[in-house]
Order: sequence, then C-alpha cells, then structure tokens
Amino acid sequence: MTFSSEKIIEVKHLVKHYGKFKALEDVSFEVYKGDVLGFLGPNGAGKSTTIRAILSLIKPTSGEIKLFGKDPVKDHKYIFSRIGCIVEKPDFYLYLSAQKNLEIFARLTGVELKKNRISEIIDFVGLKGREKDKLKGFSNGMKQRLGIAQTLIHDPELIILDEPTTGLDPQGILDIRNLILQLKNEYNKTILLSSHLLSEIELIANRMVIINKGKTLVQGSVADLLNEQELIVSFTLNDIEKARSLLATFGIEKQFITINQNNLLLQISNDKIPAVNKLFCDNAIKVFSIETKRKLEDYFLKLINN
Amino acid sequence: MFWKSTYNELIKIIAKPRSYIGLGAITLIIAIILFAMRLDGMTYLSFITQLFDQSLSFQGNILNGNLVAFIILQMLIVHIPLLIALVTGDLISGEGAMGTIRLLLTKPISRTGIFFSKYLAGCIYTFVILVWIGFLALGVSKFVFGTGDLMILKSEGLVIMQEQDIFWRFLSAFGIAYLGLIMIATLSITLSCFSENSIGPIVLTMAIIILFTIIGALDVSVLDNVRPFLFTTHMSTWNSFFENPLPTEQIIRSAVSLLLQIAGLLGIALYKFNRKDILS
Repeated sequence: MTFSSEKIIEVKHLVKHYGKFKALEDVSFEVYKGDVLGFLGPNGAGKSTTIRAILSLIKPTSGEIKLFGKDPVKDHKYIFSRIGCIVEKPDFYLYLSAQKNLEIFARLTGVELKKNRISEIIDFVGLKGREKDKLKGFSNGMKQRLGIAQTLIHDPELIILDEPTTGLDPQGILDIRNLILQLKNEYNKTILLSSHLLSEIELIANRMVIINKGKTLVQGSVADLLNEQELIVSFTLNDIEKARSLLATFGIEKQFITINQNNLLLQISNDKIPAVNKLFCDNAIKVFSIETKRKLEDYFLKLINN
Repeated sequence: MFWKSTYNELIKIIAKPRSYIGLGAITLIIAIILFAMRLDGMTYLSFITQLFDQSLSFQGNILNGNLVAFIILQMLIVHIPLLIALVTGDLISGEGAMGTIRLLLTKPISRTGIFFSKYLAGCIYTFVILVWIGFLALGVSKFVFGTGDLMILKSEGLVIMQEQDIFWRFLSAFGIAYLGLIMIATLSITLSCFSENSIGPIVLTMAIIILFTIIGALDVSVLDNVRPFLFTTHMSTWNSFFENPLPTEQIIRSAVSLLLQIAGLLGIALYKFNRKDILS
C-alpha cells in the first residue's frame, strides 16, 4: 500500500476550554491520504473533544482545523459529503427500522446513491435479514455495524471512527476490526481511528498520534515509533537464579526488569532473543515459554506515565 | 438537501408514537363533546335561549354543526398548544437526548438548514392537527347536527350570524389560530435549542402558557401594560372573527404581534443552535 503526502486532516494547535476546564491545550497532527491513523490517549485525554472539533460539533477556543485543505465551517457541504463518521457510540432512531435509519441518513449525504446501495451496505456489514427490524431490539454490536453502514453508505474518502468497539464483546470487537481492515486493505480508505484498544491500533494503523491531558505527545508512523523501543520479553524458566548469574556474565544483567518465581522479564532487542534462549539451553536451564509483551502497550504506558 | 431533510423530519414525526397523542386526544375530546351535545344539547342551549325567551322566538335548527364547531373550538383552543408542544418541543432536544444530533450535524447540510427543516416539519404537523380539528369540529358536526345559523352569546349580547356568512369566519379563525399555534411551536423549538433533554422544553412551554394565561386573566390594572405583549392574549383573537362588525384593527394588531414574536424567537433559536457545542 502506498501513502500520499496529501493532507486530508490538518489540526494545528487546537485548544478548547469549557469555562475554566481545559479540555484541549495544544493538539496538532496530520492525517494523510490513505493513512489509517490510530488516535490514542487515556480516558479524558481529549480524543473525543478533538474529533468533535474536527467534525464541527464543537467550536474550538483557538487553533486551526483543515479537512481536504479547506475550512470545515466555511466549506461544510463540500467537506462533509466526503466524510463518514461515528462519534462515540452510534445512536439511531430506535423507533425506526435499520433500513429506515439508513434511508434517513442516506438522504442527507449529498450524493446520488444507487437504488440498491442500502441493501448492498446492509449486506456488507452483516445485517442482512435484520434490516426491517426496529432498533429497539438491536444489540450494541449490531448498532455498531449499522453505525459503520451509515458511515460507508455514500462511499466517503475519509472515515472517522471514535471508539468503534466500545461496549462490544470479543466477537463484536473482532468483527468490527475485520470490517475496518477490509476498508483499509480493499477500499484504501483514509481512516482516523480513535480507540482504547492498543492491540487494535497496532494491528490496523500505519500511523499514530498519542495525546494526553489535551496535548499531543507524539505522532508518527507506528513502525518508526515502536522500533525505537526494545521488547519486553518474558522467559519462563526452571532455575531463575542460575539464569540470572548467566546473564550477568553475558553482560545484559542491567536489562532485568523483574524477576519472580519462574519468570524473568528482560528488556532486549528482538535479535537478542535467540542468543539468550541458546544460552539458557546450553546451560541446562529449561525454557518453558518465551513471550513478548505488546510493544505499543509498553510504549504507550511509558509515554503517558512520563 | 433542505427538502430531503424536511421529508426526513416528517418521517420521524410520523413514526413517533407521541405524535398521535395529540390526534388521539383531540378525536376523543371532540367525540365526547359531540356525544354529549347529541344527548343533551338542547338543555345546554336552553341556558342561552331562556335569557331571551321573552323578547325573542327561536326557530329552525338552533343546535347545528356551526354552533357545535364553535363550542368545540372554544373548549379546545386552550389545550391544543399543550399537544403541539409535546411534539415540537422534542424536535431538537430529542435528537440531543438520543445522540442522533451528532450524526445529523456531520452531514453536508448546514445547521440553519437542519433547524428550518425541523421547524417546517413542526409547522406542517401543527397544520395537520388544526385540519383534523377543523374536519371533526366542522365536518363531522355538520354531518351529525346539520347546518344552520350560528347563535353566540357574547358579553355585549346575542350575536346571530347567517349560515352563508359563517364559513369564511371559521376559515379566518382557523388561520389566526394557526398563527397562535405556530407561536407555541416556535417557543418550544426555541427552548429545545437550549436543552439536552426532551422533557424540559415541553414542560417549560406548558408552564409559560399557563403563566401567561393566568397573567392575562388577572383583572389587575398593573398588568394592563403587560397583557398586549403576551402571546396568549393574541391567541384568543380567533374569537374576533365571530363579531359584528369585525374588529379588523385588533385582528391585525394581534397577527402582527404574533408574527413579530415568532420572528424574534426564531432569531434567538437560530443563533443558539448555530453556536451550540454538541456534547451529548
């Protein structure tokens, strides 16, 4: 997949205050055409506020937002006909059926749709057979799917998904993740994906932005940002003390992170894992398992805690 | 896009069960009035006629559809605003409460466009309610009681209007009553722009109507200067169309006053809605 240098979203020094409360202090980032940008931050970091500001749902106190190179307030019609979004949970008219809900939002897309577009999109998100049902009986997962259907109905260039897996069970999370991957891989959409689930971002995004307390901490390509870090590797062994003294002679004792009864946690680069494993095996230390902790999780926590 | 949005708003109103509360209540009340008048209408009429028994003789179909329609309007006109507010007060804040406002405002239609499409849908709903009242009050009443001259007891005496002189009066009365109801719809939509829940604007609209009606009814000279500015004062102007001669100046003043208040409220609502941070 190739990524363009065309900026689809440009956020510069975004600030939003509610009275004395500073929801955003200085958020800046860019989303390029073809990007799947993971938008990360702990609860209350300002992710949803940023997304609401991008979508003109709230008025920023200061700062600049450009979508497709234009001002979203002045060029509302042009910009929003090219965007599909879910902001927080996808809420619909519960007294209407899934199909009627989609028809309502389809009429407002500003795009002439094919006659069978609604049934096509219902099929795509896996809601075929339930389209005539009222939403009162829909599960959270089904509403999320309908939310994605609503997002995609006019085939937008930019998709903004704010916490699309909130409240879903593991199967629901997997389904939504697969849908997003499909959008990325098959339809080459530009996606801004805000999520708590770091594993989700690690699997889907090619670039990421991390914000905390209303400020951008870091942005860049996922690969570049994570390669700066060494891995956290957990070895489950039968003789921890022996392993420890061996590693001391090997010269990496400073990289011990924690030691407990059977586990040794090391911070080492990926290429050192076979050598350490060989060292244990050659010295009759039984290695029961080697696990690498998720890189993004560690990177994220370090960044936030610092 | 504006017309598509208005069409959407009408679909939502049609699909909401609460939209039928008004129609149902009106149908029930009118059915009860018609039933009661059919059973004991002459006794009701005798209260009026006995006052003039010694000086006038009444002939023909006195208890007719025109009189029943007038009675129905007098009874209902106080309550219809409450039924209107039930739907219009929910048009914007209801979207906030449901969370659908987020989706709506991220579509390629301006906030002003969304506001006016909701407003127009509210006006159409109000019109439908009024047409339904007209159909039941005039159409069904005439079917049940037949037609005839209209006899109304006013403070200045008994007013009798000939049958052929009545229909245009009813039409005009409905016209000015519609303006009054649009005022209620505008008020509730304006309040709806300031709220995140649907109950608040409905209750507040009802409270304002009750408060203004009480102030209007209080016979205290201190309030004489306030009364002309209360929209509730002008909402009863429909009654003026059943006077001879027609108080044209008063009717025009009421219509202008209602129009100005509607325009003022629309300005406030639009200003608020366009600048509102969507936090729901």
